[in-house]
Amino acid sequence: MSQAVVQALVARFPGDAYDPYVGPGGDDVVFVRKDRIAEVCRFLKEDPALQFNLAPYVTAVDYLGQEPRFEVVYNCTSTSRGHRIRLRVKVPESDLAVPTVTGVWRGADWFERYCWDMYGIRFPGHPDHRRLFMYDEFVGHPLRKDYPLRGRQPLTPERDVPDLIRGPGPAGRD
Amino acid sequence: MPSAIDIVPAVATRREEATGFFQNLVSKGLGWARKNSLWQYPFVTACCGMEYMSVASARYDIARFGAEVPRFSPRQADLLLVVGTVNCKQAPILQRIYEQLAEPKWVIAFGVCASSGGFYDNYATVQGIDRLVPVDVYIPGCPPRPEQVLDGLMLLQKKVQAQQHKLIDRLPAHPAAGE
Repeated sequence: MSQAVVQALVARFPGDAYDPYVGPGGDDVVFVRKDRIAEVCRFLKEDPALQFNLAPYVTAVDYLGQEPRFEVVYNCTSTSRGHRIRLRVKVPESDLAVPTVTGVWRGADWFERYCWDMYGIRFPGHPDHRRLFMYDEFVGHPLRKDYPLRGRQPLTPERDVPDLIRGPGPAGRD
Repeated sequence: MPSAIDIVPAVATRREEATGFFQNLVSKGLGWARKNSLWQYPFVTACCGMEYMSVASARYDIARFGAEVPRFSPRQADLLLVVGTVNCKQAPILQRIYEQLAEPKWVIAFGVCASSGGFYDNYATVQGIDRLVPVDVYIPGCPPRPEQVLDGLMLLQKKVQAQQHKLIDRLPAHPAAGE
């Protein structure tokens, strides 16, 4: 769909943007090295031929059992040029820090907070590095594959009500 | 402390008979008045709110049951309608709202999420608001039909009519105070 974007990117960052392929649905996908993601994003936004001006949809994936375990995915769109690209950044569990792209797109702010909240991936340089959804007392990151299926952490003590399905008492019923 | 059985004499005197008669009369009158003027506090958090609006507006018309006044201050309401999913982050807010409601107060769990957590059987959702506040009527459905809501409201009205009301409701006499 937008092979020119991929070619420009790989030519500009040889070795840092690698393994391009066409994903399902026809989206072009490029892997990017973790420490260069901010530069790649700045290039995508500011190059006059690319103009990726819309804030990306940033999310993360947990490939439990693989190495590197995590992956941060940036879906970028250009409203003026009408093309899209997806960047995949592999993040090993030993070094869960990805440079922030909030300096490039201010709108990436909450997405990066989401990745921190749900997956525990840190974004050094982020202006407001807090959890997005869960409360501050919450321990762990609930969308990780090794988070317990019903790992509930009530914020306030719960009443002791009989539960017809799960049995009595707050302790062992979940 | 003498129990309730000890202080009831074997033969009721005429004076106690009369007191009981008037207490029952007052209780019935207060129950009738309260069940027909349930001022609600809608704690609307999710999509069941659409169904709540449908019940409250002209077609299904909750005003037929005297519950048409939504009060957005818990101090002025006596029926807490928990409409929608309550997650763990909201739990302290719901508990605080419940404590702010003036006595006597009743709670309806509106929809399956408020009743049991529904299909949100996960890390974020309270598995039924009865884990936070005592609930009088549960209305199942995802979302419930307006007819179901009105049925639940009528159930609550029956409950309000049947329970004991006092002219002066002192705090220790209320069952919720013993918790």
